Amino acid sequence: MSGPSSGCGFLMSVVVHGDLALNEQEKDLNQRLRRLYPAVNEEETPLPRSWSPKDKFSYIGLSQNNLRVHYKGHGKTPKDAASVRATHPIPAACGVYYFEVKIISKGRDGYVKYMGIGLSAQGVNMNRLPGWDKHSYGYHGDDGHSFCSSGTGQPYGPTFTTGDVIGCCVNLINNTCFYTKNGHSLGIAFTDLPPNLYPTVGLQTPGEVVDANFGQHPFVFDIEDYMREWRTKIQAQIDRFPIGEREGEWQAMIQKMVASYLVHHSYCATAEVFAKSTDQAVHEELASIKNRQKIQKLVLSGRMGEAIETTQQLYPSLLELNPDLLFMLKVRQFIEMVNGTDSEVRCLGGRSPKSQDSYPGSPRLFNSPVHKVEMEVDHFSNGVSESSSNGFLNGSSTHGIDLEECDGDMVDSAQSKRQLCGGSQAAIERMIQFGRELQSMSEHLRRERGKNSANKKMLKDAFSLLAYSDPWISPVGYQLDSIRREPVCSTLNSAILETHNLPKQPPLALAVGQAAQCLSLMARTGSGSCAFASVDDYLH
Amino acid sequence: MMACLLEAPLRISVLSEVTATSRHYVDRLFDPDPQNVLQGVIDMKNAVIGNNKQKANLIVLGAVPRLLYLLQQSSSSLELRTECAVVLGSLAMGTENNIKSLVDCHIIPALLQGLLCSDLIFIEACLRCLRTVFISPVTPVQLLYTDPTVIPHLMSLLSRSRHTKEYITQIFAHCCKTPEHQTVLFNHSAIQNIAPLLISPSDKVRMQALKCFSVLAYENTQVSMTLVNVLVDGEQLSQVFVRMMQRDKPIEMQLTAAKCLTYMCRAGAIRTDDNCIILKTLPCLVRMCSKERLLEERVEGAETLAYLMEPDVELQRIASFTDHLVSMLADYFKYPSSVSAITDIKRLDHDLKHAHELRQAAFKLYASLGSNDEDIRKKITETENMMDRIVSGLSESSIKVRLAAVRCLHSLSRSVQQLRTSFHDHAVWKPLMKLLQNAPDEVLVMASSTLCNLLLEFSPSKEPILDSGVIELLCSLTQSDSPALRVNGIWALMNMAFQADQKVKVEIVRALGTEQLFRLLSDPDTNVLMKTLGLLRNLLSTRPHIDQIMSSHGKQIMQAVTLILEGEHSIEVKEQTLCILANIADGNTAKELIMTNDDMLQKIKYYMGHSNVKLQLAATFCISNLIWNEEDGSQERQDKLKDMGFVDILHKLTQASDPNLCDRAKTAMQQYLA
Repeated sequence: MSGPSSGCGFLMSVVVHGDLALNEQEKDLNQRLRRLYPAVNEEETPLPRSWSPKDKFSYIGLSQNNLRVHYKGHGKTPKDAASVRATHPIPAACGVYYFEVKIISKGRDGYVKYMGIGLSAQGVNMNRLPGWDKHSYGYHGDDGHSFCSSGTGQPYGPTFTTGDVIGCCVNLINNTCFYTKNGHSLGIAFTDLPPNLYPTVGLQTPGEVVDANFGQHPFVFDIEDYMREWRTKIQAQIDRFPIGEREGEWQAMIQKMVASYLVHHSYCATAEVFAKSTDQAVHEELASIKNRQKIQKLVLSGRMGEAIETTQQLYPSLLELNPDLLFMLKVRQFIEMVNGTDSEVRCLGGRSPKSQDSYPGSPRLFNSPVHKVEMEVDHFSNGVSESSSNGFLNGSSTHGIDLEECDGDMVDSAQSKRQLCGGSQAAIERMIQFGRELQSMSEHLRRERGKNSANKKMLKDAFSLLAYSDPWISPVGYQLDSIRREPVCSTLNSAILETHNLPKQPPLALAVGQAAQCLSLMARTGSGSCAFASVDDYLH
Repeated sequence: MMACLLEAPLRISVLSEVTATSRHYVDRLFDPDPQNVLQGVIDMKNAVIGNNKQKANLIVLGAVPRLLYLLQQSSSSLELRTECAVVLGSLAMGTENNIKSLVDCHIIPALLQGLLCSDLIFIEACLRCLRTVFISPVTPVQLLYTDPTVIPHLMSLLSRSRHTKEYITQIFAHCCKTPEHQTVLFNHSAIQNIAPLLISPSDKVRMQALKCFSVLAYENTQVSMTLVNVLVDGEQLSQVFVRMMQRDKPIEMQLTAAKCLTYMCRAGAIRTDDNCIILKTLPCLVRMCSKERLLEERVEGAETLAYLMEPDVELQRIASFTDHLVSMLADYFKYPSSVSAITDIKRLDHDLKHAHELRQAAFKLYASLGSNDEDIRKKITETENMMDRIVSGLSESSIKVRLAAVRCLHSLSRSVQQLRTSFHDHAVWKPLMKLLQNAPDEVLVMASSTLCNLLLEFSPSKEPILDSGVIELLCSLTQSDSPALRVNGIWALMNMAFQADQKVKVEIVRALGTEQLFRLLSDPDTNVLMKTLGLLRNLLSTRPHIDQIMSSHGKQIMQAVTLILEGEHSIEVKEQTLCILANIADGNTAKELIMTNDDMLQKIKYYMGHSNVKLQLAATFCISNLIWNEEDGSQERQDKLKDMGFVDILHKLTQASDPNLCDRAKTAMQQYLA
């Protein structure tokens, strides 16, 4: 029994190893592509990862995950030439794109070693070598000539043969292309390239074999250094962008944007000082800003019941006119109940809401997903808090100390001490009752206003929390994270502002959003410089 | 003042007003109240900033000695001394004349003395001023080394602050100009002290530290060998330099880092096939030659690249296909461009100033690229107007350009193909001959060496050159004090004599004169001796020529041959001499000069039994010529030589292990049998 079974086991393990190696290569590839082309949105424009088994002439054979190309035709005349394109065209958002081809075999003796490496547009005849036709470009190994959409080549570089690694770099900023041989740049080969070209190789000699490297392995040529140069160039261009005579205007506009941003997010004191020192008028009454600030603080500290109540007091018609908004707030309240932070359950848990300071952090710029967790200080100084029912208070802090640097580990260690609704039976009952009210509100809403899939999903997700013994580590546990309060907070804030005829988004956020949109538009229209102008780089 | 009197009255009044205020500043330096003096210096500081006229006035009015006095007085407050150093630093920022005046007032020893003070602010002020003075081209750098305690003291101050780091490294970088300077700095641990500054957070400090390494390592094996083993924060220095060559770094930094690695490589501290040279330094330097770079950077880039690859054919091959370098260099000849002349006077001025530098750098780089590989030479000569550019470069007014152009021509002249084609088509020999009439030695060496190649027998330029009176010129070169020129002169004559007409040979012997010929045969330089023997050998070829020359100069030649064979010489020299003897033995009448000289025959016999095969071969060849059957009197010669025991030797040599020697001996023996 032991003999055959161990043999079988061995075979199995080989297969597993093969898979592992493959996965490893796949991981390397993804990592390298992400590092090289961070601006590319692969859902819109996938990167070339291999040769296409569909987009090739029949004399071409593919193997090794469609990375190895071999010639299987007669190779007697140029009519026997055969090419293959990569699976996808080169996305403009790469800025600079690069791939390499290693010549594994120059083919059988007695033939001229026709072999071309280059680029071609979709639809270009595959029964040809790259470079011979319109929208086709190639560098040929037999004579070292470059072929720019023409049957006659221009002297370009050295010849290449077995063992050489030829690289092809497309600069999508100035639409040029250069090649490399064994890591040495050969200089510009083509200019004025059209968009959406595919990496292409063409062979015409029996026995010719070449391997592609689209990022599966480190490149021989230091492409990242070349990219560094272009990133520096583009950033210098942005930095030096002339604003000409409008310098004064420029400054005033920036000050306005900053002021409106501060007001929007209700940083009253800062906004007041800033407006005064830059000599600007604030378009909202201070009291109004303070009211919004109060509500936001409540939402961000998880005290949803109070937040809803305060909103109803200060803006009586707002929630009446926006039942969907009210529903969203209530769902959040339900989540906070589960969390043990909502004022209604907190009272039942024997803790005065007054002892809890409001959310000490500030609303963050554009809801950026910065993970920020504040904790009660006495909890982790003692290890176990005296009020074990509230060992972990998401988003609240007695002493307002911000512990941003050490969040990760602390959250984990605190998790085991978290209990449903703070651990109080009365609070759980209240939560369940609240859940029923929410259910009926949902049904009511559906009758009144028709189906709303977003609402339905929201409620379903919230109720799902109860299906787990420890909701915090459940698949839907993310809802309990204090970060999730931020979209709720900003939606409510925007709604309040809208009733005052103020923009629901601050102009600064709008400008940033527009810049980001602009970049993705550039990517779509083929302007490669978008690769080196990430908005995030300028937000720090 | 006389000149001023001739000027318009308005001008005078303005001038006197200016001098009056300036004088007021100087007067205040002499105030008895130290507080007033301090205020006076501070006011002076504010008055001179950015005002060259004011600076010149104050210097003329004698402010400098007073400021130096106040700076040196120990009774002066530290604040006053510091302000004095600041004002002096400001004065130094002016024109070159200002610097000259300051140096004449002995500012350097005074400031160096100031560095002994313990106050950092004062030290920094002194260093800033010293830096400004030392980086000026009018300051003799030697002044830094006069007092041997200065360098160690500067080393000890180096790490005091960001400013001391910056100023001191900048001083070192500018004042290290000779191997002696390198040694002084090296012996005072410059490398260990400066290396950590390469990762300083300050850009300026990093840059100046890097510059220090480039001047320290230049043509200095000791420094270069030390550098490869230096670690900076656990990283090899060469890797630190590689990082400084990244394309997003400032161009000056990339270029200077590439220089450091180039110098280390040329000193043998880094192999030429090391990735940091082949994949980093070389491409970086090629980039420096691109049109995007400033003219100064392109000059330095090309010169450094030329130096890097000069001895290595593989680097030359890689460079020749990197980024279209060969055609990129053609652009170096397009300054000033026709556009700059019309559009922008300032640009034209700038272009003109760099035009010579650009051309000479390009020629140097072409010379280096083409020094070994035939394909690269072809590529260079096929570059647009290349040969025309060399031809006009040979007659440019700038010596630097002429030298570089002739170096380039020399490099290309190593190609048989080019000698036959482009060199002849463009009659490059004409400007070359002109260049040889009157040029500094270094140009003459290159030009004459090129001429040697143009005189090779397959060169179509050989004939026209002969007709242009080149023989006299070459003969005069053989009398030069420079061994390189003597070699080239005699080498060219040797090439010229190869398979030449009788007329040419006679002319060479006449022009050179036997006296000079024999002087060259006792030249201390082996190369000269070898080429002179080569010339003799070429002169003594084909029978009529041999007899003709031997009949007129036989006695002296035989004497010279005897002398060399008896002297302490290398195998090559002796072999060449024996070959001459063999040629003489081939003559009809000349033979007798050997046959009647028993001493010489004994020598030949000796060399036939020598341990070196080459010498045996040459000596056997000589005997073989003497006993050759078909010639008159061969019987007597055979008999005589047989009597002298040569047949026995030949017989022995037929058993020799060397096949050539064996064959030669058998052929000779057959002469006896026939």
